[in-house]
Amino acid sequence: MAAVHRPQGSSTPERKGFLGWLNKRLPVDEFIRSQLTGYYAPKNFNIWYFFGSLALVVLVLQLVTGIFLTMFYKPGEATSFDSVEFIMREVNFGWLIRYLHSTGASAFFIVVYLHMFRAFLYGSYRAPRELLWILGMLVYLALMAEAFMGYVLPWGNMSFWGAQVIVNLFSTIPAIGPPLVEWIRGDYGIADATLNRFFSLHVVAVPLALLLLVMLHLVALRQTGSNNPDGIEIKKNITPDGFPLDGIPFHPYYTVKDVVGVGVFFVLFTIVVFFVPTFGGLFLEGPNFEPANPMSTPEHIAPVWYFTPYYAILRAVPDQRMGALLMGLAVFVFFLMPWLDRSPVKSIRYKPFISKLALAIFAVSFVSLGYLGLQPAEGSYVMLARIFTVLYFAFFVLMPIYSRMGQPKPVPERVTYHAH
Amino acid sequence: MRIKVRTLQALMCGALLLTSGGAGSGLFAAEAGEGAEGATQTDWKAWHADFDVANKGALQRGARNFANYCLGCHSLKYMRYSRLGQDLGIPDDLLNKYLVPPGDKPANYILTTMPPGDAEAWFGKTPPDLSLMARARGTDYIYRVFKTYYLDPTRPTGANNLQLPGIAMPHVLSELEGLKKPVYKSVEKRGEDGKTTTEQVFDHFEQVAPGRMNAEEYDAFVRDTVAFLSYVGEPAQIQRHALGIWVVLFLLVFTWLAWLLKKEYWKDVH
Repeated sequence: MAAVHRPQGSSTPERKGFLGWLNKRLPVDEFIRSQLTGYYAPKNFNIWYFFGSLALVVLVLQLVTGIFLTMFYKPGEATSFDSVEFIMREVNFGWLIRYLHSTGASAFFIVVYLHMFRAFLYGSYRAPRELLWILGMLVYLALMAEAFMGYVLPWGNMSFWGAQVIVNLFSTIPAIGPPLVEWIRGDYGIADATLNRFFSLHVVAVPLALLLLVMLHLVALRQTGSNNPDGIEIKKNITPDGFPLDGIPFHPYYTVKDVVGVGVFFVLFTIVVFFVPTFGGLFLEGPNFEPANPMSTPEHIAPVWYFTPYYAILRAVPDQRMGALLMGLAVFVFFLMPWLDRSPVKSIRYKPFISKLALAIFAVSFVSLGYLGLQPAEGSYVMLARIFTVLYFAFFVLMPIYSRMGQPKPVPERVTYHAH
Repeated sequence: MRIKVRTLQALMCGALLLTSGGAGSGLFAAEAGEGAEGATQTDWKAWHADFDVANKGALQRGARNFANYCLGCHSLKYMRYSRLGQDLGIPDDLLNKYLVPPGDKPANYILTTMPPGDAEAWFGKTPPDLSLMARARGTDYIYRVFKTYYLDPTRPTGANNLQLPGIAMPHVLSELEGLKKPVYKSVEKRGEDGKTTTEQVFDHFEQVAPGRMNAEEYDAFVRDTVAFLSYVGEPAQIQRHALGIWVVLFLLVFTWLAWLLKKEYWKDVH
């Protein structure tokens, strides 16, 4: 019966030769010990805990494919569309790089939404992880900005009209709205100047912000340690020599486990990339294979699927200014989660029925709004969007009340884990 | 008892399939095909372009159709003749003889010689580039455009289209398909106010003059052309499928090995 392998002592052993020389000058061993082999994670992670590492993998994928795309892409009203087709047809494996990048954008949101939902399930946003959650939300905001501006770059007709609709939302801000929009666009309409600044922001500014925020998110995670499906702190149960009883070193245990997750992810991901890269018009939309044309509006202007829940909320409100405000609130309200949840327990496993029901209603509302945002805003779709918008906000607004209702199940002292 | 009925039904269906497949002579198939088309013309919006983009014969015929009937007005500005030759397996001499126009080079993009200004004067708008039409509108859309032209004396071109009403393009394939006119039927509709009104809706086409092709030949002609335009929309798609199988297989093996490794390590965790 082998025991979990733990590094001995709190400091790393002395090394000789080159590695000794190196470690005197750069804390390589120290870093590996503090961040990987000596960093303890709860042993009871389930499938929901794959999505954090997957988000990191997709981030790297987007950076690498983005670098190669930038070598061939030429921003500009007259050149963007043609250069994307040049990449698709004449650059060696250009089609692959482009599909990896475009599918990667959708995959990024899929893993990030699942990662966020994991936090909803197990109360990972709650004390002492409020700042971790907020940093994660800032990553999400940066990701939305990155995705939006990236979508404009191919300069297809949906790029153009999508940018038109989204940038115009800022014009609803009282007083400073219209001049602000002009400042964002750099022109009186979405034009060459807009395209070029979006390119600059997409390839330099926002990725830098993303990397910084992701790093801070990880540093904050190392400080508090991971939550787990039972929502209890593993630091409360410590062995005599100072290790958490229910913790295992991140490396090798979670590195080998996450590699399996990465493998499964890439199987699914490459099936999309190689066999259904447009994903039925969800990942790459038909109208975006027509060049931007200010004279011809697409039949239905809809953003890519990952923005459609918010888009449905925007359109559910008859007044455009109120709609834009509500849309902003729908994102901002996530920041308040750590303080809205007043439940005595963190994990959904031990929460009473009413909290489970509320989360289920929220999940259904979010997905339904996502679907409705893709449909034309007419007839019963509008009514449904309004109902789900109310439910969406009710989940947050009523949380301080319903999270205190009902009797939670007793929380165990130690994490639930069954060895396989 | 219910199970028995199900089994019986399955057997009967199987038998039917066998007869239609095995004993289905040309006549039988033609009858079935015609019957299906005649009865379902009302549902033209549900028609699908049935084609296989990996079928090089179909793509070659489609390229021929494009050169003969489309290139006069439409360009494929992102596509080179030489790439076409490579991907479709057309030898250089045949490519030069039949597809590359005199004076053009194989490395050039496939461009129409019709001046855009003239085109606009003649048709009211410049005929669009077709490189990405299959991606932008879908292959079913192109298929339906070709299959739903009908006579309409009110139009300057004498032709109109169900898929694209008021289409600027004349029915350039009418010599192949022949001419057809729509037959409408009256349908009673109950409005929101509860009153019933009679509406004329499209029912089916009636062949007025025959073309050089029968219905089946024309359908195959259109499908070849659609297959070609689908290929042109994304020339990498053939390569994509071929490479994709190996990538996914590799990843499955990789994931399996990673899982074995994980299992080995996690034996220690109790």
